[in-house]
Amino acid sequence: AHDFRSRSDDSEDTELRFITCQSLWNQIKSETEQIQEDLNKQLLDNLVSFLSRSHSQFQEKMTEWTCRMKFREIPTAALVLGVNVTDHDLTFRGLSDVLQDNITPYIALLEAKDCPGIKNLMQKLMGQLMNCDIDVDSLEDEDCVQVSQNRIRCSMSSLISWYESVTKKTDSETPSKKRNSSSRHWQSPPVVVILKDMESFTTKVLQDFIVISSQHIHELPLVLIFGIATSPMIIHRLLPHSVSSLLCIELFQSLSCKEHLSTIIDKLLLTSRFPFKLGEKVLQVLINIFLYHDFSVQNFIKGFQLCIVEHFYSEPLSVLCCQLVDVKKRVYSLSHDQCENIRRLPSFRRYVEKQDSGKQIELLTNDSFLKEETEKLLEDLHVYHENYVSILRCLHVFTSSLPKYPLGKQIRELHCACLENRVWETEEYESSLQLARMLNKTDLVTMLQQCVEILMSSSGKEFDKTVEKLKEFLTQFQNLEAEASQERDVSVSSQKELQKKTDLYHLQKTLLELKESRRSKKLTKFEMLRFEVVDYIDSLVRKYLVPADDRTLHEIMYFNAATVLRGHLNAAPRTALHTALNNPHWYLKNQALKCDGGGISNKAPDICIVYKLHLECGRLINLVDWLEAFSTVVMAAEEPNADAASSDQVDDIIHARFIRAVSELELLGFIKPSKQKTDHVARLTWGGC
Amino acid sequence: MPNLEHPAYPAADLLHLESLVPCRESQVSMLLSIFGERQQFSIPSIFIYGHTSSGKTYVMQTLLTTLQLPHVFVNCVEYFTSRLLLEEILLQLQSCSSEPEQTSPVHCDTLNDFVRLFKQAVASRELQDQTIYIVLDRAEQLREMEANILPAFLRLQELTDRNVTVVLLSEIVWELFRPNVGCFEPFTMYFPDYSIGHLQKILSQNHPPEYSADFYSAYINILLGVFYMVCRDLKELRHLAALNFAKYCEPVVRGEANERDTRKLWKNIEPHLKKAMQTVYLREISSSQWERLQHDGGEPGQLKGLSAHTHVELPYYSKFLLIAAYLASYNPVRTDKRFFLKHHGKIRKTNFMKKHEKTSNHLLGPKPFPLDRLLAILYSIVDNRVAPTANIFSQITSLVTLQLLSMVGQNDQLDGPRYKCTVSLDFIRAIAR
Repeated sequence: AHDFRSRSDDSEDTELRFITCQSLWNQIKSETEQIQEDLNKQLLDNLVSFLSRSHSQFQEKMTEWTCRMKFREIPTAALVLGVNVTDHDLTFRGLSDVLQDNITPYIALLEAKDCPGIKNLMQKLMGQLMNCDIDVDSLEDEDCVQVSQNRIRCSMSSLISWYESVTKKTDSETPSKKRNSSSRHWQSPPVVVILKDMESFTTKVLQDFIVISSQHIHELPLVLIFGIATSPMIIHRLLPHSVSSLLCIELFQSLSCKEHLSTIIDKLLLTSRFPFKLGEKVLQVLINIFLYHDFSVQNFIKGFQLCIVEHFYSEPLSVLCCQLVDVKKRVYSLSHDQCENIRRLPSFRRYVEKQDSGKQIELLTNDSFLKEETEKLLEDLHVYHENYVSILRCLHVFTSSLPKYPLGKQIRELHCACLENRVWETEEYESSLQLARMLNKTDLVTMLQQCVEILMSSSGKEFDKTVEKLKEFLTQFQNLEAEASQERDVSVSSQKELQKKTDLYHLQKTLLELKESRRSKKLTKFEMLRFEVVDYIDSLVRKYLVPADDRTLHEIMYFNAATVLRGHLNAAPRTALHTALNNPHWYLKNQALKCDGGGISNKAPDICIVYKLHLECGRLINLVDWLEAFSTVVMAAEEPNADAASSDQVDDIIHARFIRAVSELELLGFIKPSKQKTDHVARLTWGGC
Repeated sequence: MPNLEHPAYPAADLLHLESLVPCRESQVSMLLSIFGERQQFSIPSIFIYGHTSSGKTYVMQTLLTTLQLPHVFVNCVEYFTSRLLLEEILLQLQSCSSEPEQTSPVHCDTLNDFVRLFKQAVASRELQDQTIYIVLDRAEQLREMEANILPAFLRLQELTDRNVTVVLLSEIVWELFRPNVGCFEPFTMYFPDYSIGHLQKILSQNHPPEYSADFYSAYINILLGVFYMVCRDLKELRHLAALNFAKYCEPVVRGEANERDTRKLWKNIEPHLKKAMQTVYLREISSSQWERLQHDGGEPGQLKGLSAHTHVELPYYSKFLLIAAYLASYNPVRTDKRFFLKHHGKIRKTNFMKKHEKTSNHLLGPKPFPLDRLLAILYSIVDNRVAPTANIFSQITSLVTLQLLSMVGQNDQLDGPRYKCTVSLDFIRAIAR
């Protein structure tokens, strides 16, 4: 849908950018799919074991007394998925794939909008079930006779006979084939019916369906899966006890969407695997849409995709936004225009200004020198990313355990803070350091250990020293323990002294002394060490967590056009409509329409005039007055001497234009005919947005 | 106790029948006398009603099968259209005829066809001198089909001119069936609820083979003591009995008590049953989970029921929308100005009135409100400015699909849609936190 080639000049490597963009997106897409699969694995495994349990039990001990006495309930899985309905499709697709592989080939996915009545539900169910077995013969689109036969089948008994025939067929297959299939499915695999959106089903349909299928549970091993977006209470609200007593409901909860998002951000953004990065504002926009509006991880990823596309489309230098291995080749194949583009980058200009004059001239005039320099800078940027991520994680280890979370609980908040500006200059950072200086020893040690692990696992080479330093701290802490026991002895002895003296005066004195000594006493070794550790972490932060905006050539990797993104994702139809009608110049770009604030231009389209006039009215609008005003505005342009005829008799053409404009407004939903007063219309909107 | 006697049927069959339908002897003998002998014409239609699980279906079925009367048994919920219903009846007629020739699918769209095909089906059989019984279970569904179905079934004997009796089974009284235009009045018959003694007798009848009947009936006695107050449904009780019997036997199996030690057993099972009443019976936890729990000997407290998961996570603005909707539903319009405007007079005076109104409004239930009002309240309760983006509007729609709001009046969307808030105060409190 995005035509990169529409830009005619190829000096900006459009072709290459397109390819890079696509390959990058494909990588990210497969990565996200992998992540989602992993996240859903637990849930799907639980479900699979539930399904395999549900009917095998009955088959095994059919003869037992208890089983004969109990009436058979329909095994039902209530799947609580959260309110992010847009993500459910993916989960269900994954679920049906897994079920198809492990449990049963007979799966039907039903949606409420397809099933307004029990008849439609049965039709849909049978269509899906019977097709999933025999794809070849199309039951639906055949001639009249076929259809009428098809209609007979639309009952449970025909479904049962179908099921019997199908299972019998698999039984009578050749032994080799049978073994193959029985390893995956059992003799009589259950029929799984998934109701995607439980909330939207009407009560009657659900009740009827459950009653019918419970009557045939002996012949047709049915399993229901309810997709629930809100809370499992909805089952009790939709179904009366007489119906819900036919079900054997077990609850399954999917991962919360916030955790899901955290994982996605962790794996996609906080990694040096992908060269493309999101700027602070853009990330904030995406996260805000997620948290404020929809909770949909799918939409987040779509927004991310839009960022990628937009970045590669609008930024000519994004051709360099690739893996480090390709950078060299690409830098050297840059055209002169592209070099000029580099020189135009603000961050690069800042960089040039810092260099000495000889190098400045070289950079600004010599293309090949520029290319060398660019390559170096890009490598620096890559190294920066690697270090950034590791140190960010370390800092998160510290900040996430502080009380009240001055820098945010989630790593994404910390990430945003670090991207926004120099984090060590903010108040929150200051206060979190203060808090960190008060941590107790066990916490501090475990944190340091975590940091060591993070740094060890990172690919950056610079961290050998840091790791050593941290380990040194750890050993020092261990040494402290021995010393601490000695110290304790000292304090104990002083307390003993205190107990000896019973004289009130002396007691007071010693207490004062003790207090004095405590205040003036030098910090204990542990406290010293704690200060050292915090200072060291601070120095790491200052060194590595420089905001990306300060880095040279960050424009190549970072997408920062938050306003563009907001315009794309946060549609405001009412505002747009208002702008279009109130200020047609905005869209039509016609100089004649450029109006000077409050006045109503008569050159504007009729509907705009009518709209502006209606803004001045109250709840009910008199059509005659409105027409009067309209004709006055329209006639204002024509010669004023023609008024004699038209003042009391409105021109037919103007009348027609008015009527058309009013009906257009009605179509747009601004007014509606009112029954309260004849020849009046009612306004439906208020304010000027 | 009336013993079943009828000259037309062998005494052995009747005795067997009597053992199968305990506590329903009088109804069965009544039915038998109505049915008469095999070849005798009977009443065209019989209407049997009674509460859930008062044995209507079971009695009819056992009666017809033990005496081997030709019959068709159809559940009207399952065959939800008249066509399906009629075709199913014809199909069953074919299959219960002894001639193996026709199993071809029948097409029957209208009642007229049905009468014709019915005549054919009956005429082609050697059993034509016997009364055929058509039993329509859950007959209340017939009222939702075409208007002619119910009256036609009531006088099917007359229409087909064959020896046929239609039996309607339902949980509601005949008065609710009777069409406006009038119809043939069926013979109505009431199946009373089982009393506690009946329940005890019926439940004790099927005791497990390992244990004696006395032991089991003692158990049923305890079970009924706990559950009779809340549940008189025989099926449900039987289900619960089977679920909890293993626990009851536990002391006996372990050798701590013998089968006669009723008191000890009662002490063991009673709290367990009470717990079951709060969980399994309400389907808070499923019966298979319950069984597993029993098996592992764990505490039922560790397994949370369905109602425990009431918390719903909502996006930021959805929460505010829902709160705004709640306020709009339960506050009268005239108080809006007072509550949501920055500058308003007389707060102190109205404080008392506010409280008074609130309680009464909660009793009255939610009132519908227009979209504009919802948005206006939203703007005033959210601290920062809210842009009226498509995202906000789509959230309203998604709240409707989640059944947290409901749309009132199915008129045009452009025409100022009205909504109602359907969630409870507790829910809103949880969200507003």
